[in-house]
Amino acid sequence: MATMTFARAINAGLRRAMEADPKVLLMGEDIGSLGGVFRITDGLQKDFGAHRVLDTPLAESGIIGTAVGLAYRGYRPVCEIQFDGFIYPAFDQIVSQVAKLHYRTQGLVKVPLTIRVPFGGGIGSPEHHSESPEAYFTHTSGLRVISVSNPQDAYTMIQQAIACDDPVLYFEPKRRYHDRGDVDESVDPATALSLGSAQVLTEGRDVTLVTYGPLVKTALDVAVAAGDEGVSVEVIDLRSLSPVDYPVVEASVRKTGRLVITHEAGQNGGLGAEIAASITERCFHYLEHAPVRVTGFDIPYPYSKLESHHLPDLDRILDGVDRAMGRANSLSNLPGADD
Amino acid sequence: MLQVLAPSGERLPEPQLDPWLQDLDGADGAAVLAGLYEDMVVIRRIDAEATALQRQGELALWPPLLGQEAAQIGSGRALRQDDFVFSSYRENGVAYCRGVDLSQILRVWRGNASSGWDPFAINMATPQIIIGAQTLHAVGYAMGIQFDGADAAAVAYFGDGATSEGDVNEAMVFAASYQAPAIFFCQNNHWAISEPVSLQSHITLAERAGGFGIPHLRVDGNDVLAVLAATRIALDRARQGGGPSFIEAVTYRMGPHTTADDPTRYRDANELEDWAAKDPIARLERHLEATGVLDDALRQRVADKADEVAAVVRAGVISMPEPEALDVFKHVYAEPNPWLDRQEDHYRRYLDQFDHSGATAGATTEGGRR
Repeated sequence: MATMTFARAINAGLRRAMEADPKVLLMGEDIGSLGGVFRITDGLQKDFGAHRVLDTPLAESGIIGTAVGLAYRGYRPVCEIQFDGFIYPAFDQIVSQVAKLHYRTQGLVKVPLTIRVPFGGGIGSPEHHSESPEAYFTHTSGLRVISVSNPQDAYTMIQQAIACDDPVLYFEPKRRYHDRGDVDESVDPATALSLGSAQVLTEGRDVTLVTYGPLVKTALDVAVAAGDEGVSVEVIDLRSLSPVDYPVVEASVRKTGRLVITHEAGQNGGLGAEIAASITERCFHYLEHAPVRVTGFDIPYPYSKLESHHLPDLDRILDGVDRAMGRANSLSNLPGADD
Repeated sequence: MLQVLAPSGERLPEPQLDPWLQDLDGADGAAVLAGLYEDMVVIRRIDAEATALQRQGELALWPPLLGQEAAQIGSGRALRQDDFVFSSYRENGVAYCRGVDLSQILRVWRGNASSGWDPFAINMATPQIIIGAQTLHAVGYAMGIQFDGADAAAVAYFGDGATSEGDVNEAMVFAASYQAPAIFFCQNNHWAISEPVSLQSHITLAERAGGFGIPHLRVDGNDVLAVLAATRIALDRARQGGGPSFIEAVTYRMGPHTTADDPTRYRDANELEDWAAKDPIARLERHLEATGVLDDALRQRVADKADEVAAVVRAGVISMPEPEALDVFKHVYAEPNPWLDRQEDHYRRYLDQFDHSGATAGATTEGGRR
């Protein structure tokens, strides 16, 4: 067991995947000698060569589109999109090509592509550098979407994503890159918790708190703080955003009767809405309260002096827990409010 | 614009292309020419048959290639089996050269499938609908060829309209950067649905490639020999490690964009007349007549072949099995997906409510709730 940063864990996972399969290659802007703007690919070009770690021209559609061609040729490309807000130029290639090629060809062409996307806010960046675009991709059939929240998962799941025969969007919470954690490098990705599974991180009786990526750490803090106030919170790290592991969430909600979902992305049409609807359909008679969403606002990502207002934090999530519990909360005195 | 055959059918000297057509002057020259003639006649016939099938309600849509036979056969016949083609939706002549099962070529247009063939069986990706997206796939594939140390090439087919798309431009950047063995084969057929090529570019499309550092040739796309020679030049460059090439085949779409289109609304009848005089098949016919290759026996043999192929196409379309209702869920993912499995399960239960006779297709209109 080694202690390493989140960033280092992804690097170690990439290295192991490249050692295991000569068809795995990395593509992206600045990922070679620089090691990427976040240094995730640090040292890999030196060790694997420029034909396995490709510095590409600055063209996101070009990165993804050429990766599709490489997949036709039997390669397993891992593309780095430098920042979340830069994925949009590649949108057509991702949703019209990468996602649909297997369906279009009745399963004859596989696209085992991994698209790494550093995402989310909280690092004081200028615009286009802090977005949470995951819902665009969870809405697209044919893609798998995951988000990692800790170094062990980062290490294991990057290997699982690369081994997966479906295209995977791998969302990395960039504000957690420097967090440290234990990583067991001997873990076998084939037998580890599967890519599509959610994980219950803390058991609780009163409220199920569902989140992923950057807010998992915050949610764990919420569980401690709520515990101090006498509320027992069960935290679920979704890990997989498409498909969501509903059986795990359902089992928890049947026990607690209350659901809070939190994510940095805006609320309208977001993953929280989908989870609230799905859990309501599946667990309506078990619910003591309507599902509560604590999300980023439906605004363009704000300039950095305001981002702390936009991003759900411990207190806003606790307020959401209070709403789900029917305790006094920020909306208690709202005219017409049911709580 | 490079030309080997004048519209009169006369063979013109063309120093840049002639060295690549030496087989035509050899012992088998007549056979090679006859083969090109047969291919062009056959694909024109497939095209006409498919247009008729659409008019008869057997196909939902068809994009005719009428007028572009030389561009497609000249380039398609230059390729080797281990080359890989990424095309648009109009390259049925190229697919024919690759050896596509003709009964499968129309599946997409009948609405029975999203693709008509196994890409790896004929080394040609299934037709791309998004304009220009396939050029990046070709370049990526070419990069893979390069990494594998192979001497094949990847060929991207696209039209004049596609040259305005970002993807085509990004594809040229990537191809030039990595010196990938990719061929950009642009069929400039003058019209992107109703938009003339002048709306896409104020210089020739071939010249654009020069801005990316990609060697380019502009050939008469209605001259099958010029296209053949140009493609051979580009392939040779790719195989020798010389990187990408761009070919602009200047041709003309004599029919509509698709059978849903009405070209009389946007183009002058005189323009069509001018191009009809440059018809690629008539031109080769004149040449073959003048050189004594085309006689009644060959004419009859080719006509019989075209009839035979057309019959296969028609029979294949009409006898095509209807897909099953639950096929709609197949192949979305390569690995199991519980969300989709649940939707499929729920839809199966829904269908099971109806008489089984109506459950396979159109249950909602033919069934009857118990």
